[in-house]
Amino acid sequence: MSKTRRMGDSFLAHRTPQIANLERRLFLKRGLSVGALALLSGCELTDAESVQKVLWAMSGWNDRVQDWLFDSRRLAPEFPESRITRPFPFNGYYSESEVRVIDGTDYKLELGGMIRDRKPWRLPELYALPQVSQVTRHICVEGWSAIGKWSGVRFSDFLQRIGADTTAKYVGFQCADDYSTSIDMATALHPQTLLAFKFADEILPPKYGFPMKLRMPTKLGFKNPKHVAAIFVTNEYPGGYWEDKGYNWFSGS
Amino acid sequence: MEAAQDRWIAVHPLVVRIAHWINVIAVLLMIASGWRIYNADPLFDFSFPDELTLGGWLAGALQWHFAAMWLLALNGLVYVCYGIVSGHFRRKLLPISPRAVLRDVREALRGRLAHDDLSVYNAAQRAAYLALIVALAVLVLSGLAIWKPVQLYWLGMLMGDYEGARLVHFFAMTAVVLIVIVHVIMVILVPRTFPSMFTGRIRRAS
Repeated sequence: MSKTRRMGDSFLAHRTPQIANLERRLFLKRGLSVGALALLSGCELTDAESVQKVLWAMSGWNDRVQDWLFDSRRLAPEFPESRITRPFPFNGYYSESEVRVIDGTDYKLELGGMIRDRKPWRLPELYALPQVSQVTRHICVEGWSAIGKWSGVRFSDFLQRIGADTTAKYVGFQCADDYSTSIDMATALHPQTLLAFKFADEILPPKYGFPMKLRMPTKLGFKNPKHVAAIFVTNEYPGGYWEDKGYNWFSGS
Repeated sequence: MEAAQDRWIAVHPLVVRIAHWINVIAVLLMIASGWRIYNADPLFDFSFPDELTLGGWLAGALQWHFAAMWLLALNGLVYVCYGIVSGHFRRKLLPISPRAVLRDVREALRGRLAHDDLSVYNAAQRAAYLALIVALAVLVLSGLAIWKPVQLYWLGMLMGDYEGARLVHFFAMTAVVLIVIVHVIMVILVPRTFPSMFTGRIRRAS
């Protein structure tokens, strides 16, 4: 049940030999008081395992606080098209030169988990769904922000159409660029959460996530998966690429 | 006169002393981790040296920042409530006049500021401590606006939206750092004030 424990496990999975080594050395410095720890504040000191456990637990606590703060009727501010940031910055866990180019002709969106109708969707079928647009601010966990225009199908409409169990806790995403992430059901059903096919009225170029990205102006940028290949609905905490490395899971705006 | 020479006088209530030291830890953690977060996307043409930062990388720094924020905010809330309800602020930080502040700052710069009665803050101290309280409150509020730009949209609007709140957050941090530096220098110059923040009392100067 405990998400904190699961996150802790995945943290251990990411513990490289170097980190384990560092921890062994740091164990010797454990005599330091909390005050001294704060004063020294060298980055290596903070790899001590007990400190890490507290920080992961606090991140789990912050997930719960943000879930409680999240108002499903509160809309993110929208902007006139004149405010769109050009060029819109590229960001990913790889550089722009390594962007995956997905072939749209044999692309299929796979569905899994607590969904009634799990037949895969082809692009023309998705494009035929009713679409809406939004001009909203994308906020990166690094601090910068940029305003963009995305168009696509309301994700709540899509979940309804495929018979997703919207009482489930999580919606998870597997991406064609080997990225993954997951979100809470409340955000999945938010009216501004879009399965976006277009950026600035053009079919998404590869660098912005062709053939589709999940656009959520109520979450930080890294929670908005690009090149979405599979969507699954689950009650099991799915984690994600950055989340498993220590970024806060909820990361809501 | 003779009798007064050795008299111990109470200067800092227990709540203030505890809140002070918790605040020291919280502010150090917030600033060191905040500098690492700043480095991920510097607002200006400089970065903070990595050795002065906390967290090791952006995710680690964010974990520290969003953990220590509870310490900073809850401790600050207790301190401010105590200060208002107990009359501590009214007694120690007020009244304050700009003219008196200017006078005492000038005296301090000439090294002539009197510190006979350490149970009474001079105008420069009052201004510095009030400014620190205000700067920390602005830091917390702008931090909330950055953390929750949609849920706390109205708060961000007071500061020029998300990007404005980032600037406010940065400058409030700068103010806190400057005030803390001056504060530490003053404690070094008048060292008998230092133990009083642990014991709560001070020997009156002869």
